[in-house]
Amino acid sequence: MKRYSFLELAKNAFSAHQNWGRQWRAPEPKAEYDVVIVGAGGHGLATAYYLAREHGIRNVAVIEKGWLGGGNTGRNTTIVRSNYLWEESAALYNHAIGLWQNLSQELNYNVMYSARGVMMLAHTIHDVQVSQRHIHANRLAGVQNEWLTPEQARDYCPPLNISKNIRYPVMGAALQRVGGTARHDAVAWGYARGADALGVDIIQNCAVTGIRRSQDGSVEGVETAKGFIKAGKVGVVAAGHSSVVMEMAGVRLPLESFPLQALVSEPVKPAFPCVVMSNTIHAYISQSDKGELVIGAGTDQFISYSQTGGIHISNHTIDAICELFPHFRRMRMLRNWGGIVDTTPDRSPILSKTPVPGLYVNCGWGTGGFKATPGSGHVFAHTIARDEPHPINAPFTIDRFRTGRLIDEAAAAAVAH
Amino acid sequence: MLLIYCPYCQIERAEIEFRCGGEAHIARPSDPEKATDDDWVEFLYMRSNTKGIAAERWRHIHGCGRFFNAVRDTVSDEFLKVYKTGEAKPDLEAIAREAGK
Repeated sequence: MKRYSFLELAKNAFSAHQNWGRQWRAPEPKAEYDVVIVGAGGHGLATAYYLAREHGIRNVAVIEKGWLGGGNTGRNTTIVRSNYLWEESAALYNHAIGLWQNLSQELNYNVMYSARGVMMLAHTIHDVQVSQRHIHANRLAGVQNEWLTPEQARDYCPPLNISKNIRYPVMGAALQRVGGTARHDAVAWGYARGADALGVDIIQNCAVTGIRRSQDGSVEGVETAKGFIKAGKVGVVAAGHSSVVMEMAGVRLPLESFPLQALVSEPVKPAFPCVVMSNTIHAYISQSDKGELVIGAGTDQFISYSQTGGIHISNHTIDAICELFPHFRRMRMLRNWGGIVDTTPDRSPILSKTPVPGLYVNCGWGTGGFKATPGSGHVFAHTIARDEPHPINAPFTIDRFRTGRLIDEAAAAAVAH
Repeated sequence: MLLIYCPYCQIERAEIEFRCGGEAHIARPSDPEKATDDDWVEFLYMRSNTKGIAAERWRHIHGCGRFFNAVRDTVSDEFLKVYKTGEAKPDLEAIAREAGK
């Protein structure tokens, strides 16, 4: 792998940046791999990277139906935070926060992680109580989170309207300073480049059409558009399509896939310093380094694989944004889109072995998987390599729906989906 | 926004009048005392999450308030059939063929 550095940059400037070369290969699939990962999004690529780097398993293929990073990795609102309520979740997301800190250096790829702070607004007495409970729980779990008065919130985010005359006045906010944003594409690309350099084959435009199981029930490999690929272990990281892929192996999951929308405005000069989220009036917003306001809306109420969403959903969000940040009222929105999010009943992910030996699943991230990308890949690689979960993802089994040990973030979500 | 036909009101109305009630024809275990943990998991949590033609429950919550069932293509979001609660689950494959899916 050619290391990127200031010297490289200067050298390439002399040839007008025409000779950088490919960041990863485009190999044809081999007949057999130790591990096949289905889905080359951030989580899948991170899994392959950590399998190769931490566990020495380098005979790995990542198989992707479209292009890498072209699913939810390219469709999310790039927010990073870890202020979840329950200890299990806090440990999982905080593990990711730990890895985010040094990710650009580790991957030698600028993922543009920016700890600009994530501020969650409270608009009612109930919100205030819930937020403060959240903050106390977070601090007990070693997760950074603090309470701001409306004035402090406005000082942190000057565009915020804290007038008492709006429909849902701001009564305070919870601020996680270590939260922020990262460049979603760069995360996928960085992991792809890192994994490729360690010998992982990334096979794009190759849909998995079946999962073959042997007589004893264990996984034998995957049928793909480019033929059968034998694999000792298969990890499915297929986001919104997890139910579809796992059905190929006869495994049912407690998932429902909904379209979740986001939209971006025309680019403007830096005007918005942090990430602001509001559960009650359902909106969240940040500004990308390109200058666009990145706005997250809600999910549609019905299962859909359409990668689009109802216009009334994004309208509702825009209403909220305009009230909270009146000076954005005349901004034009450039694009809106939907991603298909796989949600579990308790709104916590599944990182687990399955009833099928050799088959592993990483799914159920619902509306907030991007933030966990490094941590998710790290513990899922451990689960595949050792055939047992990492202590951090041990509670996130499929079996929790049978034992009743749910990790119920549904009622505690930052944004009520 | 979808336009949805309510089989009770016999009128097409905007989606915001309705609530989606998820997958249809999931029967509660008829004898709870004999149901195993796995039966409950299947009833409470496991879902087909079909990509394609699926039957689901809808409720005309801001209209007549009643539940009904609908067959919808989850890729195009197109409604292919609506029918009243209590009617048998239609042949989804036949509906798909008819719609050319």
